This record gives sequence, structure tokens and C-alpha cells, in this order.
Amino acid sequence: MGQNTAKLNAETSLDSVSLWGITRKRLLRRKSAVMGMIILGMLILVALTAHWLAPYDPTKSMLDVPDYPGKIEKRLPPCVHAFGCPESEPQHLMGLDGNIRDEFSRLLYGARISLVIGFATVSFSILIGTVLGALAGYFGGWVDNTIMRVMDVVLAFPSLLLAIAIVTVLGPGLINALLAIGIVSIPAYARVVRGSVLSVREMDYVSATRSLGGNTYEILFRRILPNALTPLIVQGTLGIASAILETAALSFLGLGAQHPTPEWGSMLGQERNQVFTAPHLVFYPGLAIMLTVLAFNLLGDGLRDALDPRLAHVS
Amino acid sequence: MTTYILRRLLLSIPVIIGILFATFALARLIPSDPCRAMLGEKATDEVCDQFLKRHGLDQPIPVQFAVYMGEIFKGDFGNSFRFSMPVTEILSQRLPITIELSLAALSISLLVGIPLGIISAVRHNSWVDVLTMLWANIGVSMPVFWLGLMLAYFFSLTLKGTPFQLPPSGRLSPGLIPDPFFEVWNMSLTEGTAIYLTAEFISRMNILNSILSGDWKVFKDAAQHMILPAVALSTIPMALIARMSRSSMLEVLGQDYIRTARAKGLKQRTVVIRHALRNALLPIVTVVGLSLGGLLGGAVLTETVFNLAGVGRILYEAITARDYGIVQAFTVVIAVFFVALNLIVDISYAYLDPRIRLN
Repeated sequence: MGQNTAKLNAETSLDSVSLWGITRKRLLRRKSAVMGMIILGMLILVALTAHWLAPYDPTKSMLDVPDYPGKIEKRLPPCVHAFGCPESEPQHLMGLDGNIRDEFSRLLYGARISLVIGFATVSFSILIGTVLGALAGYFGGWVDNTIMRVMDVVLAFPSLLLAIAIVTVLGPGLINALLAIGIVSIPAYARVVRGSVLSVREMDYVSATRSLGGNTYEILFRRILPNALTPLIVQGTLGIASAILETAALSFLGLGAQHPTPEWGSMLGQERNQVFTAPHLVFYPGLAIMLTVLAFNLLGDGLRDALDPRLAHVS
Repeated sequence: MTTYILRRLLLSIPVIIGILFATFALARLIPSDPCRAMLGEKATDEVCDQFLKRHGLDQPIPVQFAVYMGEIFKGDFGNSFRFSMPVTEILSQRLPITIELSLAALSISLLVGIPLGIISAVRHNSWVDVLTMLWANIGVSMPVFWLGLMLAYFFSLTLKGTPFQLPPSGRLSPGLIPDPFFEVWNMSLTEGTAIYLTAEFISRMNILNSILSGDWKVFKDAAQHMILPAVALSTIPMALIARMSRSSMLEVLGQDYIRTARAKGLKQRTVVIRHALRNALLPIVTVVGLSLGGLLGGAVLTETVFNLAGVGRILYEAITARDYGIVQAFTVVIAVFFVALNLIVDISYAYLDPRIRLN
């Protein structure tokens, strides 16, 4: 009897756990997702504390550092005291770049820029994509056809090429690169939201709200859209990864962040011709881009699996 | 099946018209005037007027669009401002390089990605599976331009003097000029004919041309130059294909008919290849199709890093130099190619799974 009651209580308490509670549990059981969260956590920490951690101003040359004790020379290799670099030389963990700036400081500040790029781009695309997808799914007919055909045209271009074309129209710069990547990513979110809206548009609770006199705004944004939240979160997390990767590519080509912004893609692009003489200046920014993108991809994959009811038995 | 193909073809028409319009609008929206971008800031108004008139840019925008559409349907993409030659000619010179690079990259991704995905699924949760998936996750997160630079550094500098040394850029070593295969074969082709143009186009793919003409010195050199860019470009599609093959195979391997096949006493190899792989192919086909579009985007970066004069690099250069002719033509060709690819993917999907065409 006692055992049955305990079992019943356990089941009842399980039922009362929210979707997010279950998701968190499932997410924490996935090693790759936990790895992604750890890398991401470290990146956020670095981004928040870059101004404390960075030994030098990321945009200033050593020429502008008063009483700089070392020799002023372009592209110095890393000097780490713990690894035998003489104490008389100033320490530069990742060396000096072509403009005699501390590479390590630039890399730390780059984390801040990359995270802002990822979140800003995806927020922009989600906002526009959600509105367009919701309108297309809810109203159907010519509204749906017009919006989705335009989305098809956008999807018909390889995303990086379209982003290059848009950024050329808008002019090179980080903000314009973000806008370009944001515009290119809109169709992915519009499709996700449209799909979710279509699947719940005819549900009983939506009809009930309609019969109770609920207006379009209330039905769409309070009843229907919350159902699209789950796929949007997954798409958004994976979208941050591709936004960071594509913005870095644009900056590498000289169309994104401009000198002296410490953005990883532009740091790499500026020093790419020095890969045979100063490989460390190419190696570290690229590694940083890869780790950041990897963290978001691992987390996105973990979230997708954790939120997928078909995979519930796995965890 | 015919009805399905026709319906899909009809649905592609508005998208293609949209692409033509978007490309035209994008090219016209690029700020600064093309005359001064081409002839320099010191070009006088008179010279610029003549320049605009010569290229039809003094006409109202709707007229320009109508002329542009008419010419495209005739297969004429106009002239490049920068190179003062027909865009189709530039396209025929540059496209073979990108096609060769993309095909090499796609072959690597398929030859490595699918077997890795299958092994990973068959040995689910083993160390092979964990390592493959770790590698696949790193692969999809890889900045292609960085990997390209690092490969060039490692294979041309670190391995210098070893048999594994590879050239860091270019298509062929200096001084090596391949003979077109049709000249080696002593084919008498009339210049300007369709057969001649096709043969010339094929002969610009160095690897294929050297195989056809039996020039193994050029073949070895061209292949060595192609390895690093192709490996760099193949990383992301390879990782995507490996991941998709694994998850698709896992799903299929759990089906009842696989258990039945095993219960019949069939060998593991037969069960996996004959029974499971065939049914797991559907999602893999989609990923392969979509990856090809990504390959074209990645080609811009790979061609820049490895100094290859392909479509991707010239398109990027044309956009920054405001060369309308090239931008329009190349974007249209790439986008239409992408639409055609999606169409082929959809049709092969319907062919592989009859339920799709019935819906």
C-alpha cells in the first residue's frame, strides 16, 4: 500500500514538472550539450570580464603604450615568461600583430563582439521571421503565397553569396554585415513559425478563443505563437552558430568588421598573408571562432534532442 | 510521377523570375556609379555619359529590366565592364574551376562521410561512434577559410621536403601548360560551334582534361594542387553527411524488417548495405543536395584562400568592383543551379519514396 502510494506520488510529481524542467534534466544528461554549455559559459565569462582580463587596450598599438619596455616590432611571436621568455621582455601570450597590438587582448575582446553578433543577428531574424511566418500561416491564401515565394527566392541563393551582395549594397561594416546575415537567415525562422502556426491553427482551443471573441492579435500572439517557441529556440541556437561563422567569413573578406575592431574574422583576414611567417596570428582567432561555433552547435543539438518527445525514451 | 515533376517545374518558375528580379535590383542598388568605379574617379561627365549610353545604363530602370530579361532568354548576359568581354566567355573560363573544385570536395565528403556515418550507426555508442560524432561536430563548426590557411601552412611548410608536401595555392605549377584533350586526339573542331565550346569547357577542368589526354605529369600536378582546397571545402558537407547518415541509419536499423533480415540469418554486411542503407538514403540525398549550395558559398572563401580563379572569387571581385554584368550573370547562374538542384533532390525524393508523390 505504502509502496503504491509512493509510486503514485512520484508519478503525480513527474506530471507536474514543467516542459522546461524535463528539458533541463534531459539536457544535463547529454555530455556533448554539457560540453557546449561549459565552453559557452567560459566564453560569456571572458566576454563580460574582457576589460579586466586583457593586459592591453585591444585597439591600441604598443607605440601608444607609455614606457613600453619591450622592442617595438611588428608580428612578434608569443612571449610567455613561464615558458622561458626572458623576464626583461614584456609578456604577450599570443604575440603582437602587424599593427603592434597585443593579440591576446584582441582575442579576449573578440569574444564579446562574436557573442553580440550571434545574439543580435538571430534576434533580428527571429523577430522578422516570426512575424512573416505567423502572417503566412495564419492568413493563408495570397498572403501565404506571396510571403513564402519571397522566402523561396531568398533561399535560392547560397546564403554567403547573398550576404556578400547585400553588404555590398549597404556598404562594408559590422552592422551592415549583421543586417545582411540577419536578412539571409529570415526564411529559416519564417518556415519554422509558419509550420507551427499551420499545425495548431485549427485546434479546438484556438477555435474556442475565436468563438469567445478573441481578436486576431490575441489568437496569433497569445494562443498560437507560444507553440512555435520550442522549434524557434532550437533553430535560434543553431542559427547563432552559423551567424558567427558567416559574419567571420564576411569580415575575413573585408566586408564585415573594419580596422581596428577586434573581430576574430577580420583579425584572421588581416594577417592571412602572414600565415607562413606568423602562423600564431592566424591560428588563435580561427580556433576561437571554431570553439564558439562548436559550443552553440553542441548546445543546439542537445536542445533539439531534449525537446523532441520522440527521443524521450533515450533519456 | 510525371504530374509531380510538372507541378514542381511550374512551382520553380515564379522563384526563377523572382531570382532574376532580385539579382537585377541588387546590382542596381549597389551604391556609387559604375562608370567611375570602372574608369576611375577622374572620368569626366562626358566620358561617363558615353559609358552609360554604351552599356544601356542611361535608360529608365523598367526598360533596363525588360532589356535584361529579353537578353537572358536569348542566353546573352551582356559584357563585363572590367574585362570588356562577354560575360558568357568569362563564365565558361571560370566555371570549370569551380565545378572541378566542388566535385572534388563533394566526392571526398561522400566517400568519407557516408561510410563514417554507417560505421558510427552500426557500432552505436562505441568509441568509433563517439570519435566520429566529435569529429563531425568540429567539422560543421569549422571556418573553411581558417582550415584552408592552416592546411596550406602544415602541408607546404611543416611537411616541406617530405613526400607529403603539397602546393599552398594555384592550379598548376608555373611553366606547366596542359594541351586540350581534343587537340591531343587530333579532333578537327570548328571554332565557335557548340561541340567546340563544350570540348573547350571540359578541357579547362585540368584533372579531367589530363586524364582524357593521358598527360599524367599534368594530372599529378593538378591533383596535388586540388587536394588542399578540396579537403578544406569538403569539411562541412562531409560532417553533415556523416551526421545525417548516422541518424538515418540508426532509425532504419531499429525497424522490424531489419530484425527479420537478421533472423533469416543474413550476413551483417548484407543487412546493412542491402536492407538498411537503401532506406536510409532519403535524408542523405537531401543533405547532399543542400550541401552543394553550401559548397558554392564556401567556394568563394576557398578560392580566395588558395588563389583559384573560379566563379566564387570572380563574383566577389565583381561585386566589390561594381561590375554589373558579371554580378547579374553569375548570381543568376548560381541561383538557378541551386533551384535546379533542389528540384532534382525533390524528384529523387519522390522517386525513392512513392508516398511523397502521392501527396
